[in-house]
Amino acid sequence: MKGSGIWQFRQTLLRRISQQSAKGSNRSFATEAGALKKTALYDFHVAHGGKMVPFAGWSMPIQYKDSIMESSVNCRTNGSLFDVSHMCGLSLKGKDCIPFLETLVIADLAALKNGTGTLTVFTNEKGGAIDDSVIAKVNDKHLYIVVNAGCRDKDLEHIGKHMELFKGKGGDVDWHIHDERSLLALQGPLAAPVLQFLTKDDLGKLYFGEFTTLDINGAECFLTRTGYTGEDGFEISVPSEHAVDLAKAIIEKSQGKIRLTGLGARDSLRLEAGLCLYGNDMEQHVTPVEAGLNWAIGKRRRAEGGFLGADVILKQLAEGPAVKRVGLVSTGPPPRSHSEILGSTGEKIGEVTSGGFSPFLKKNIAMGYVKTGNHKSGTNVKLLVRGKTHDGVVTKMPFVPAKYYKPTS
Amino acid sequence: MALRLWASSTANALRISTSGRLPSSFTPLSRLFSSSVVDGLKYASSHEWVKPDAAVATIGITDHAQDHLGEVVFVELPECGSSVSQGESFGAVESVKATSDINSPISGEVVEINTKLTETPGLINSSSYEDGWMIKVKPSTPSELESLMSSSEYTKFCEEEDASH
Repeated sequence: MKGSGIWQFRQTLLRRISQQSAKGSNRSFATEAGALKKTALYDFHVAHGGKMVPFAGWSMPIQYKDSIMESSVNCRTNGSLFDVSHMCGLSLKGKDCIPFLETLVIADLAALKNGTGTLTVFTNEKGGAIDDSVIAKVNDKHLYIVVNAGCRDKDLEHIGKHMELFKGKGGDVDWHIHDERSLLALQGPLAAPVLQFLTKDDLGKLYFGEFTTLDINGAECFLTRTGYTGEDGFEISVPSEHAVDLAKAIIEKSQGKIRLTGLGARDSLRLEAGLCLYGNDMEQHVTPVEAGLNWAIGKRRRAEGGFLGADVILKQLAEGPAVKRVGLVSTGPPPRSHSEILGSTGEKIGEVTSGGFSPFLKKNIAMGYVKTGNHKSGTNVKLLVRGKTHDGVVTKMPFVPAKYYKPTS
Repeated sequence: MALRLWASSTANALRISTSGRLPSSFTPLSRLFSSSVVDGLKYASSHEWVKPDAAVATIGITDHAQDHLGEVVFVELPECGSSVSQGESFGAVESVKATSDINSPISGEVVEINTKLTETPGLINSSSYEDGWMIKVKPSTPSELESLMSSSEYTKFCEEEDASH
């Protein structure tokens, strides 16, 4: 019985997971040095009761004084402020930056209007996902990209390698990694009214997916109307020396209604919104078609290909994939990743990749992959949790309707 | 109680640092041990309590454990008549963020389960030592109680555990 304390056990688990991920080539320098990186808001988190945990080589708040349940619900009723500075912001510049990046992602970047962005996927030669990412087209010679913290090293290696080859052939492209900036995600119904207090620009003209550069609270920020909760909101890239002031101003202007929110609630919120978490719901061997991201493959890209793994992906588009990502609602204990999904006669038809109890809907929700044919909404399934089966049903996602700010024409 | 799947699916994609070390801010001052511990109960290092009685012992998880778990959303209990063994899992508690196995502090036969937890799992949060009890066991090896901690020993154990992380 000795040594099985809560923290010790958790640390054992964390270590085990990290060893697994360290088998890949993407060990970050910070983890090798044994020290966790801190964002510009680290002291601010601690002062506000943030429970700091190691996350992708960073020390990040998993929650604050509010419970994960309270935080998640408050995001949808008032608003949340997340520090997501561990994610990697990157600018690609040069007259060939668009044709270059189109060799690595599935999006039709050429067709994007200036000042708009999209979710996309970096693919490998087999059509699998290296990472998912939001890319904004600032203009024809400038793309702004945000990639996952856990994928930073492998993404930069991947992009860097291909960029050198591209430049070797005379292509004009270069990058700047925005380590001088911090990234805040402001989400929920109060996000826009509160942020409006801090800028002269009219946020009413910035719709979902759009990007602009503007002054917020006296600092030049990159602003994207996007997020990871299904709510209206923004991701704000702010020079790091202004990050704490901006966070304080947002909380203050909301009269405390917008709450600091940690990674725990962020995970619940994105699951309710039906959004993938790379590493769980999307991995190296999963294609964008299997993940249900067909809409992210531009029309021209379907016709022309020209990105890594295009042969596999275009074939799947034509013939349909063997497995598909679905949403599930279930009774009993919440299924977690790796819970088996069984068909009506008890045969295994798939596996859960993310699951938990929805703080907003007060029921179990999950997503996972099932063999095509079992993917239709309303299909009854069984979920295997700790040796027992429980009823589940394939359900449309998002589980909580999205509230993105779109033009009403 | 062993914390499995601590941050639910997040944990998987955490790609947590190989250092496996919590930052220094996690210790003292802000996290002085403040959970309640009840006299007269015996405690396991995996954060379950047992209320000893010659005939039937009552078992649950401690206030400290529920505090770390957060809101409990589902409780899985064994069936009456099944047997439990000291240090072995007899059920699970699911919170928003984690699944935790619950170990039995003593061996014996399950004679009653707290069926209220099916409808109201949050009793574990609101009343971990009273209404949130989990199972009642007819002890098979009363001497096992001697290997468990007293309330003062358990308080010290929790303080040390918190301080060392």
